[in-house]
Amino acid sequence: MLEGIPLFPEQASSLAPEVDDLYFFVTAVTAFVALLVVFFVIVFAVKYRDRTGEKVGAPITGSIWLELGWTIVPFFVSMAIFAWATIVFFHMVRAPDQTLEIYSTGKRWMWRFQHIDGQSEINELHVPLGRPVKVTFTSEDVLHSLFIPAFRVKADAIPGRYSSLWFTPTKVGEYHLFCAEYCGTRHSGMIGRVVVMEPNEYQAWLSGGGGMSMTARGEQLFQQLGCVSCHLPDGSGRGPSLVGKYGQQEQLASGDAVTVDDTYIRESILTPQMKLVAGYGPVMPTFQGQVNEQGLMSLIEYIKSLPATGTVATQASAAPPAPGAAR
Amino acid sequence: MTTTVLPRVNYLNVRHGVASWLLTKDHKRIGIMYLVVVTIAFFLGGIFATGVRIELTTPQGDFVSADTYNRLFTMHGVAMVFFVLIPSVPAILGNFALPLMIGAKDVAFPKINLLSWYIFVIGFFFTLAAMVLGGVDTGWTFYTPYSTVYSNSNVLMTGIGVFIAGFSSILTGLNFMVTIHRMRAPGMTWFRLPLFVWALYATSLVQILGTPVIAITVGMLALERALGFGIFDPRLGGDPVLFQHLFWFYSHPAVYIMILPPMGVISEVIACFSRKNVFGYSFVAFSSLAIAVFGFLVWAHHLFVAGISPYSAMVFSFLSFAVAIPSAVKTFNWTATLYQGAIWWRAPLMWVFGFIGLFLIGGLTGLFLASLGLDVHLHDTYFVVAHFHYIMVGGAIMGFFAGLHYWWPKMTGRMFSNAAATLAALLVFVGFNLTFFPQFILGYLGMPRRYHAYSEEFQVLNVLSSAGASILAVGYTLIACYLVYSLFKGEAAGANPWRATGLEWKTQSPPIPDNFPETPIVNEAAYKYSEREIEVA
Repeated sequence: MLEGIPLFPEQASSLAPEVDDLYFFVTAVTAFVALLVVFFVIVFAVKYRDRTGEKVGAPITGSIWLELGWTIVPFFVSMAIFAWATIVFFHMVRAPDQTLEIYSTGKRWMWRFQHIDGQSEINELHVPLGRPVKVTFTSEDVLHSLFIPAFRVKADAIPGRYSSLWFTPTKVGEYHLFCAEYCGTRHSGMIGRVVVMEPNEYQAWLSGGGGMSMTARGEQLFQQLGCVSCHLPDGSGRGPSLVGKYGQQEQLASGDAVTVDDTYIRESILTPQMKLVAGYGPVMPTFQGQVNEQGLMSLIEYIKSLPATGTVATQASAAPPAPGAAR
Repeated sequence: MTTTVLPRVNYLNVRHGVASWLLTKDHKRIGIMYLVVVTIAFFLGGIFATGVRIELTTPQGDFVSADTYNRLFTMHGVAMVFFVLIPSVPAILGNFALPLMIGAKDVAFPKINLLSWYIFVIGFFFTLAAMVLGGVDTGWTFYTPYSTVYSNSNVLMTGIGVFIAGFSSILTGLNFMVTIHRMRAPGMTWFRLPLFVWALYATSLVQILGTPVIAITVGMLALERALGFGIFDPRLGGDPVLFQHLFWFYSHPAVYIMILPPMGVISEVIACFSRKNVFGYSFVAFSSLAIAVFGFLVWAHHLFVAGISPYSAMVFSFLSFAVAIPSAVKTFNWTATLYQGAIWWRAPLMWVFGFIGLFLIGGLTGLFLASLGLDVHLHDTYFVVAHFHYIMVGGAIMGFFAGLHYWWPKMTGRMFSNAAATLAALLVFVGFNLTFFPQFILGYLGMPRRYHAYSEEFQVLNVLSSAGASILAVGYTLIACYLVYSLFKGEAAGANPWRATGLEWKTQSPPIPDNFPETPIVNEAAYKYSEREIEVA
């Protein structure tokens, strides 16, 4: 790729053309303004040049109309850019409803990707063409940032929280995946590739590797850690039922309401006393140190999988309470 | 004007010896002392930058190790931001020129002014010690939890240096503010003040209100790193993003500490060499204050991809566009100042032209980054690196050199070579663009910043960038050569070599220790070129 200078990155997601259109517009507007000013500076500097240094300029002090003009016009132009850019941004932060979920953790200096079906990979991310993909991720140590230039997406990986980004790949191929937030010695080695495959090839790839699905792994943890003994599906346990709760509003003891999402579930496992559900006592111990980031993600995926309707959650209720369950 | 004999008594020769400098309360000497320290820091920062640019000529990390590279770019940033850009114009040119421009004998608190210099030097020594002991590798932004938990470098020592130097900035801001309020000569009303004074006033506001926040932030960082307080580390219940809010609450306004004073310089120089008033004086004056105030309300635009709510991102994006307007107004006013002027092409004006060109690009590319939909892609790439170098080097440093060349005859009593200075301005302008313009393209291509090794397709643009940096280095070295040469061989400047208005040009060059033989009385607005003959001393 050394011949010629690349000027423009590949477009490989549905967001990329949106971002690029905006980029061209802003480039055109700013280039016009820059050239206009440079033009006038050069013309004035040459036209009014005085080699003697002894003349004086015309006694012009200013013009209120010009001042108003060059305040108001740039304001409206910049508001147009602001509005357009904000629309593009909201497309980026609002994932479509039906996405392929992939989980990821960044740690110095690698990215681990976990597919729901059980496949996991390091510094490589295989995704199918044409399907919206949502990557939910966190960091195990310092700040990182997941950046895929060809998709025009980026979000920081922050320890203790979940971030997410989504994209719909539009072109089969391999693309760079970078860590964009400085993370120490091998920051520039925390890179990888995204492989966009035809959907059928992706299916073949997925079934190629073994491993337990995230839901199954989450269910296993749910029992091993003893969650199951309190979070009974019918709500009669010492903890609230988790069946059908994902994505719903939950009333808290403090009077606030909270949406049950990835971040809230994570928080409730690690710091259970922080946001207690109304009607339940502060009896749950913390699971900090007993479950790692992948485990947390599997638990979340399992809780998500519990049916949203009133039907009995067979998986959970069928399991006997684990002995020595945490109180 | 062919004589080389300086006035018999002036502030430079009135006393001799090292002690006469180290114990001086003369604002002009203190300005020179800042110039010496800042020049050392600038060349130090330049050496670190050279290491970075050499490393980046090849995609492999083969010139220095990754750890060394990380230390190089960090120490380049620390030296340049805290010990060059922030003090350059206010502490050097402001100290020298402010009392002269308002017809005062000195600043309001001369001893505190000297104290500021000592605090600055002590801060610089701590930072130097950190560098000598092996350096620091967190990036100049000190992001947590890397800086508090994971880094094995001299974070605390550097933090102490930055912490201490901050107090120098606060005291200088305080001193200038009181000076501008209380020390103006009779008849020097607010709207007769030169625009550089307005710019320094706006800057003082930011220094006084913003700098304590970085001191507190660095203090909290030290508590967590040294004593394990859980403030930013999530494993101790802290919030790493909190650090970013606090850090940028100072460090974004700090950009205006860097750029407002050079903007003031530009107004002075462009008026002088166009022989005209600055177009729209009050708009230029108030835009400085507007920038200072809005500058405090945009910090979270550094956090658009750091997990802040999309709605707060929207607000900060809007405010970031808003802060661009007063900067645009200033640029249009400077351009209009040239209209129907009598433009005298001297070296200081060439630096101003360079400033306008580079600041335009720097300011306009800021709009890309203020745009939410573009910033997601551009954040933490070379686009950002290029953008802030256009503002901080293209803007602040070009403005500093415009001012240094403008007031050099007043500071030293000597003229430098106009041809050499014009050539240096050209070299710096060309070298700068060749260094940093390719980085905009690299950024949009997706090359992340702070990368020791990079993907092969980025090489050509990086080689261009390194080539430009070598031209830039030649330009800066040339400045040092002809300015030092002028000290020994330069012609005597006379009181007013540029035939400028302004009180500082009414006293001899170099001025007497008390600036003026008797307190000047002001009876006209600044920049009255057109309505009377200019006195040539």
